[in-house]
Amino acid sequence: MSERIGMEIALAAAEAVALCKPDVIAAYPITPNTHIPEHLSDIVAEGRLDADFICVESEHSALSACCGASGAGARAFTATSSQGLLYMAEIVPIVPSMRLPIVMAIGNRAVSGPINIWNDHSDIMSQRDSGWISMFAADGQETIDMMIQAFKIAEHRDVMLPVNVNLDGFQLTHVVEPMMMPSQKEVDRFLPAYKPYAAVHPDNIVSMGALGMPEIFNEAMMAKDDALINSKKIILEVWKEWEDQFGRKYEPIGAYRMEGAEVALLTMGSMGDTAEVAIDELREKGVKAGLLKMKLWRPFPTEELLKAVSGLKSLAVIDRAVSFGGPSGPVCSEVKSALYDKKERPLITNYIIGLGGRDVLVADFVKIVEKAIGAQKKKPAKAYEIYGVRGS
Amino acid sequence: MEKEKKWPETWQELNPGCMVFKPGSTRDYHTGTWRASRPICDTSRCIKCGVCYIFCPEGCISQDADGYFMADLDYCKGCGICAHECWPGAIKMVEEG
Repeated sequence: MSERIGMEIALAAAEAVALCKPDVIAAYPITPNTHIPEHLSDIVAEGRLDADFICVESEHSALSACCGASGAGARAFTATSSQGLLYMAEIVPIVPSMRLPIVMAIGNRAVSGPINIWNDHSDIMSQRDSGWISMFAADGQETIDMMIQAFKIAEHRDVMLPVNVNLDGFQLTHVVEPMMMPSQKEVDRFLPAYKPYAAVHPDNIVSMGALGMPEIFNEAMMAKDDALINSKKIILEVWKEWEDQFGRKYEPIGAYRMEGAEVALLTMGSMGDTAEVAIDELREKGVKAGLLKMKLWRPFPTEELLKAVSGLKSLAVIDRAVSFGGPSGPVCSEVKSALYDKKERPLITNYIIGLGGRDVLVADFVKIVEKAIGAQKKKPAKAYEIYGVRGS
Repeated sequence: MEKEKKWPETWQELNPGCMVFKPGSTRDYHTGTWRASRPICDTSRCIKCGVCYIFCPEGCISQDADGYFMADLDYCKGCGICAHECWPGAIKMVEEG
């Protein structure tokens, strides 16, 4: 039976990973990392988890070590944040290219400079096109659940891709919440032992990560893209299995009070919970407002998005990162691109909010919804607004 | 016997992750085609010391029947390290073409 716990979410994420019995955990243990690897090293040291914890000298080495371990048939896990993910960047796209089912937790934090250790999504956005399955947790419970789901999705024979689970730095990683922690028995039932497609071993002849000449590269990239797009089918299957076993529902884009909604917010990560309160306030005032919470970022859930926005007059896309010099925030650019071919689509406005740990309040979302309604009458001059900037 | 295909004809034929299940597959990559200049060994000056063999980063130099060290031009990329290291001055780099 699952147990009701009150725990810091980073520690709970580590406990959830431990329930998945990884063979190898490699992580660079200090800033900008979170308590996730620190707590996992405690769990290993206490003898509760039989895993090799490799305390490497950098994030580049952390993911490299996971690559080696995964290639040898081990279940491998790492965690990072911010500059750490950027330091890892050389290895990040190689993992899906090699089809290694590594799971990584990313405690999303701003990319410096100025130097900043607080939350936003600029770290993962820099790795958006690397080929990983990428999901966003809105709270502690989703963090625990996604950690466990991630291994099953990644290791599925029809997927064989790495998964990163994004949880907002500080807003989630450092916050204590009540959560349901599945038991070892429940996780064992949900997650079968890892059976690698191939593993480097003296008895097996296999080379991984070989040279790909120009004659093969287009085909290799096509195969990589195809694998990621096709993974959605399995993601949905695994989420259904999760719902059947644990009773908690997961979908690529969650809907909150979308019945009859004319205006909606679209958020990723922990902002969703704050936005829910704003939607409640607006509904009380009679505003037909709803909320879309994007949980699956890659593969991009185009189909689900089209369905979710149908009937909407105005959609305010919330970004927590800047695509400097780009047409809009990273999430909004994708949303717009996905809706371009649709004849009837809502007016789309884009608000970039909560950068580098700036507080995001219920009142901010109320104001943004009001702006999105106003935009129907008078279109804003700019395609996006960095919200709450003093002097603007 | 049917000749093995050098490249898969379609992307669907690729192994997952481009894994290679055949040992020694890089032998098929004749990297010598990238070469701009080739090492020519003057056997009258060669003392068969093997320093070129030791320094060749490609590992493409081996001893022939007479004991001279010669580059396999299928794989020699023409970097010139052998010529640089050859202290008796037997190896010279000559432009291709």
